[in-house]
Amino acid sequence: MIKLEGLSKVFPGHNIPAVKDLNLEINEGDVCVLVGPSGCGKTTTMKMINRLYEPTGGKIYIRGEDALQMNPIKLRLDIGYVIQEIGLFPHMTIEENIATVPNEKQWPKDETKQKVSEVMTLVGLDPKVFKDRYPSALSGGQRQRVGVARAMVSDPPIMLMDEPFGAVDPITRARLQNEFLRIQERMGKTIVFVTHDIDEAIKMSDTIAVMREGELVQHATPSDLLSAPADEFVSNLVGRNRSIKRLHLIRINEILDEVDRAKPASEDAKIGEVEKQIEESDIRSVIVVDKDNKLKGVIGVSDLKRKSGEVAGDYCQDVTDTITSDATLNDALSVMLECGEGYVAVVNEDDQYEGTITLGDLLNVVKEEG
Amino acid sequence: MAREIWKWLGIPLIMIAIAAVIVIYSVNNPTDSIVARMLTYERVFRVIREHMGLLLVSMTGAIIVGVAGGIMLSRPSLYRIGRVMETFVNIGQTVPSLAVLALFYTILGLGFNVAVFALFLYSILPILRNTFAGIDGVEHNIIEAARGMGMRPLRILTKIELPIAFPIIVAGIRTAIVINVGAATLATFIGGGGLGDLIVTGLSVHRDMIIVNGAVIAAVTAILLDYLIGKVEERVVRWA
Ligand SMILES: Nc1ncnc2c1ncn2[C@@H]1O[C@H](COP(=O)(O)OP(=O)(O)OP(=O)(O)O)[C@@H](O)[C@H]1O
Ligand SMILES: [Mg+2]
Repeated sequence: MIKLEGLSKVFPGHNIPAVKDLNLEINEGDVCVLVGPSGCGKTTTMKMINRLYEPTGGKIYIRGEDALQMNPIKLRLDIGYVIQEIGLFPHMTIEENIATVPNEKQWPKDETKQKVSEVMTLVGLDPKVFKDRYPSALSGGQRQRVGVARAMVSDPPIMLMDEPFGAVDPITRARLQNEFLRIQERMGKTIVFVTHDIDEAIKMSDTIAVMREGELVQHATPSDLLSAPADEFVSNLVGRNRSIKRLHLIRINEILDEVDRAKPASEDAKIGEVEKQIEESDIRSVIVVDKDNKLKGVIGVSDLKRKSGEVAGDYCQDVTDTITSDATLNDALSVMLECGEGYVAVVNEDDQYEGTITLGDLLNVVKEEG
Repeated sequence: MAREIWKWLGIPLIMIAIAAVIVIYSVNNPTDSIVARMLTYERVFRVIREHMGLLLVSMTGAIIVGVAGGIMLSRPSLYRIGRVMETFVNIGQTVPSLAVLALFYTILGLGFNVAVFALFLYSILPILRNTFAGIDGVEHNIIEAARGMGMRPLRILTKIELPIAFPIIVAGIRTAIVINVGAATLATFIGGGGLGDLIVTGLSVHRDMIIVNGAVIAAVTAILLDYLIGKVEERVVRWA
């Protein structure tokens, strides 16, 4: 889909090339993440693909066509672009910002409106609330969502995303990443994604291209990169705790069926039975659900002594945090560490209980895969 | 809606009323026969008309040429010249307006047209500089985002650069108007007419009342125009 051949860029007046003899092939529907330290040429590479920068050497093929021969305006209209600095237009409302490409393509007004509102919902911004606001009235994370929405509104087959989740806190970032992956699963776009966060790279990518001082060091699947880093630079970048990083690669729903766990207790179950269940449980607790299988709470050993009553519902206390099954095992680990518990309850969007993941399960995975 | 209009027109009406009261009082209660002869409604209206003529013609020209010139100088091919121009304008503005008029008098002679031309040149400077600075000040990443999404240069100019620079361009126009109204009172020295007529006449016959009339009308005009443009700008620019 995208093929870079011996691509180079020397900025006028610089002796060292910003990008040097880069060869990279990205398959249709893949997310290729460019990682590397600051200044290694990630942004420069990306800007050559949509020809904001003219390469000083090499070739770019898009669907087999020589991109350097194409009309740059046409080329850019069909490549979604999220710029590193977000670059929202301060004098336009969110709706007008997102409608930029449709307006350039002269779509009918009502079709544009419709599509803008769709894509806002997709990135988690309520159109009713946000469409008439100006960028100055948005938080950093909301602006990044607008940036992403603006890039994807015309449904371009290719997207270039330069650190699209750079300016947000880790929790929001994880949520945006998960939303992105969910959307991408449906859309199957070909995406070049820049980050200098290796964890993000491992989580988001089909392939990772590691760059250093303008050169491509290794291009591999995240799993191969973790198990066989090409050289010391890559293994340093990946870091020492590689087995923990594997937790990024596995989603909860992939192991949820395999983990063997006691059934949850219903809230009107006799406390005597529940007590036995708790004794047998490896986390010394039992999850309690109501009759719709909605998560009600949890009963630990200490709750049995502290409270009194006839049925499970009388004893249970609130669960601090839960997780959905499309999150990664690494997300599950973060939640456990944050809550200081050895387990986390998995629920669906309607808060219905789907299972429990424990620290032991994570250890097993790391052991098996490592 | 009615409230809104009053909020807009309240201050201008008060200003006009103050000026009108002063004019009416002075014309009806002249301190002596000299004032009575020199200060008539007819004359006041004539100098106001002349003054507005000077202002309107020179400002229209200055806005058109200043904005167009500022845009042109902000294009990559002329950008370096634009930077040089910025410095020159700052120097140029330190030249007193009286000197500008004197200069044009020696070159072009007397009359309304010469006065208009001098005012035009003098008013262009802040507009030219602000247009250039406003466009130049648009953040680079905003332009890059626009280019990256496939906007053509002309579209980027009209849809991105000019709207973002708009408040700064308007600030330049406001500065120009205030300077222009003041400088136009000097036009009378080279036979350009205007409110300066009253002031100069008043000075030569030592009658403060005539001077006050000319000065008050000029001041009210400057404040009024500045205020109205500010209000219009507030209306147009809702994003800042
Ligand atoms: N427009 C430019 N003119 C001159 N040099 C540039 C330009 N853009 C980038 N460079 C240089 O090229 C090199 C690569 O920059 P680039 O922006 O591609 O890095 P990056 O990998 O995206 O870094 P970061 O992670 O900090 O965004 C740097 O040394 C930078 O200084
Ligand atoms: Mg960069």
